[in-house]
Amino acid sequence: MPQIKSLDELRNLRQQVERDISTRRHTGTTIIVGMGTCGIAAGARDTMHAILEELRKREIDANVTTVGCIGMCAKEPLVDVEQAGQPRVTYGNVTPDMVPRMIEEHLVKGQVVEEWVVGRLQSS
Amino acid sequence: MRELSLHVLDLLENSLAAGASQIRLGIEEDTRANLLVITVADNGRGMDRETQALAVGPFYTTRTTRHVGLGLPLLKAAAERCEGGLELHSEVGVGTTVRVSFQRDHIDRAPMGDLVSTLMGALLSSRRGWDLVFTHRFDQHEFGLDTSEARELLGDVPLTHPAVREWLESYLRQGYEELYEQGAG
Repeated sequence: MPQIKSLDELRNLRQQVERDISTRRHTGTTIIVGMGTCGIAAGARDTMHAILEELRKREIDANVTTVGCIGMCAKEPLVDVEQAGQPRVTYGNVTPDMVPRMIEEHLVKGQVVEEWVVGRLQSS
Repeated sequence: MRELSLHVLDLLENSLAAGASQIRLGIEEDTRANLLVITVADNGRGMDRETQALAVGPFYTTRTTRHVGLGLPLLKAAAERCEGGLELHSEVGVGTTVRVSFQRDHIDRAPMGDLVSTLMGALLSSRRGWDLVFTHRFDQHEFGLDTSEARELLGDVPLTHPAVREWLESYLRQGYEELYEQGAG
């Protein structure tokens, strides 16, 4: 019988996390998933879920966040990968089965998966 | 959309886009009354009468990046196919409430689908400074989450922090398993 989770556990989690939060902010990767109606209808939620699963499996600490429609509806699901000092890379039509390769090559090996890229934004 | 939970995510995104700082999501499944009701109430900027009438039609959107908005009309059609309907109440400067009902066992009623992923999609929103009060009632059983409580316990640590995110997801999954176990028992 698994132990029933209680919100109070967040108090302990906070203490654990506060110890390493400063390093994460500077070195971290952020993955941004488009979650407007267009994204949702194209399967963005399942793509997000696949990203969360892959990060957990590989024990990679990356922030994941969602945004509304950015106007490239035909390319949804859209996934941006933002890393400190690197241009922000936008991948288009990202289905859940593409997620492991995207994370393997971009996050682990540091190589952008060029064939899936639909846009780039220089870091400011 | 294939799952009602995808519509729920869409409604939550609408509330966020309307600048809401408080969003209440209620899901009620009543097997005796054979009713499924989803309510999303926000304190966003609201809509005037004219806009409300337009919002349930397909050619209205506030975004500037495209000219069609299909979220509400798709949901309205899904509800009406199941002997239910969609009600929209809104007041400028006060907020918007969307209540959508379905005959629960209707053959055309889409499955609820993965509500946990829907909640995670909303909780991971890049928009800051808002809270979600979520309750799901299944007959007499209830499960829910109030993010303001979670936030208070977490202090400066955001809900989007990887460790917090993983904890929240397993908390929600466990809560749902129990809700449906109780409901079936």
